[in-house]
Amino acid sequence: MTEPKAPGIIRFANVSKEYPRTGTALAGISLEVAKGEFVFLTGPSGSGKSTLLKMIYLEERPSRGDVKVSGVLASAAHGADVARLRRKLGIVFQDFRLLEDRTAEHNVSFALEVIGTPRAAIGPKVARALAQVGLASKAGSLPRELSGGEQQRVAIARALVNDPFVLIADEPTGNLDDRATRGIFQLLRDINAAGTAVVMATHNLDLIRRSGLRTIELNRGQLVFDSAAEARPVEDDA
Amino acid sequence: MRLALREAFMGFQRAPLLSALSILTIGFSLFAFGLFGLVALNIRNAVQQVEERVEIRAFLTDGTPVEAAAAAVGDVGSFPEVLKAEFVSKEQALVLARRELKEFREEFDASVLPASIDVRLKDGYRDPRTVSAVAARLRAYPFVDEVRYGDDWVEKVYRLRTIATVAGIALGLAFASVAVIIIGTTIRMTVLSRAREIAIMRMVGATDGFIRSPFLIEGFVKGILGGLMALLLTWAAHQLISSQLIETQFFAPRLAGLGVAAGALIGALGSALSVGRHLRDV
Repeated sequence: MTEPKAPGIIRFANVSKEYPRTGTALAGISLEVAKGEFVFLTGPSGSGKSTLLKMIYLEERPSRGDVKVSGVLASAAHGADVARLRRKLGIVFQDFRLLEDRTAEHNVSFALEVIGTPRAAIGPKVARALAQVGLASKAGSLPRELSGGEQQRVAIARALVNDPFVLIADEPTGNLDDRATRGIFQLLRDINAAGTAVVMATHNLDLIRRSGLRTIELNRGQLVFDSAAEARPVEDDA
Repeated sequence: MRLALREAFMGFQRAPLLSALSILTIGFSLFAFGLFGLVALNIRNAVQQVEERVEIRAFLTDGTPVEAAAAAVGDVGSFPEVLKAEFVSKEQALVLARRELKEFREEFDASVLPASIDVRLKDGYRDPRTVSAVAARLRAYPFVDEVRYGDDWVEKVYRLRTIATVAGIALGLAFASVAVIIIGTTIRMTVLSRAREIAIMRMVGATDGFIRSPFLIEGFVKGILGGLMALLLTWAAHQLISSQLIETQFFAPRLAGLGVAAGALIGALGSALSVGRHLRDV
């Protein structure tokens, strides 16, 4: 398990989010994710999981309260700050979000090219990331030539290629069968073991129960359970 | 920059139909604008040609000393409205009349035609009010017998010019707005067709400026191609009209170049705005 005093890389301080049409998405959320931690985020559909994840990569901003990610305050971040922060995050979605007309290798290298990585550095980084997710032999395949699990591995390789400090995964196994789910989950555990924090939203209670990892549960935008808080009180010094 | 160029080129390659469609749309919108411009240009030229003929002629009484007439010419020539003032002696008037009215060449006699001071006004001073004001000043010379300037005619030409200018500006603006709207919509389609790519770029931390650049290049190139197509079509229309209907004038090379450049600008600007809006919306 994680060190209780490890510095928080993600900190939510009394965060609420309201949408003009749909109302409250998050209400008074305070939580902290430590460096290298693995956190499950669970709860029914519409409970605010995706909104919470979007706040980590600053796709959404709080209506009240503040979010601090790797030293960047959501309330003070501008366009360039957001872009810079996202280069240090890895993001994975349920629907993979790959470019269909590019090979696995190009999907991964695309992420480096668009942030201006020097050409010479791209090849080795891409090869390493694809090897890390076990897809070295399929570098030249197009997404449609790969299984769902393999496509998600390409997406994970793309998220990892820039050595992020945290991997944000929004239902990464939601579209996969049991076998592929176990494979992807194991991969995320391995990535976490190598030092990258992981925040994973999932409906898969089976996965949560068997892992014994920190779990945060949301319901109607409120934090209703945090297994870390059971073990230690959340310090409200944010 | 190299990546932006490559991505722009790939945009063409990946969606050839959509790219061709947007070039055609830009081309035809600018063609409509070009046709209108051609009509406006030729009307303006015609009016200008007529206008250049606006001339005030002050007939002098017989026996006016040449020195007095010459002094008056110098005087009149220094009016700010006047382009040129010229003394036409009785003999010169006879030569002119014989040349212009060949049928009557035998009828003319130097004694019939009076000497005159012919005045041409500068461009911008050919409106009825200025013309009659200058005429009045000429009339004030004691040796001026009569001043002629076709007041009715000046009025008509002036009105035609005003109508042509106002209609030209209104129609031109309407055509240009339609072109910009159609082109903007086409570009928006391109942007939407690549929404996923844009989303991924943002997700991995590409800056908005970076995301915009390939679209900017793509829009610029499409604008140039559409502009060239419009130029070609307009030129073909001009050739057809000139050979079948009436002799018309085509745009000067510089103006034609400006048209193509405007196409490129609309393409690039439309893309920038379209992507900008997309980046704000998602």
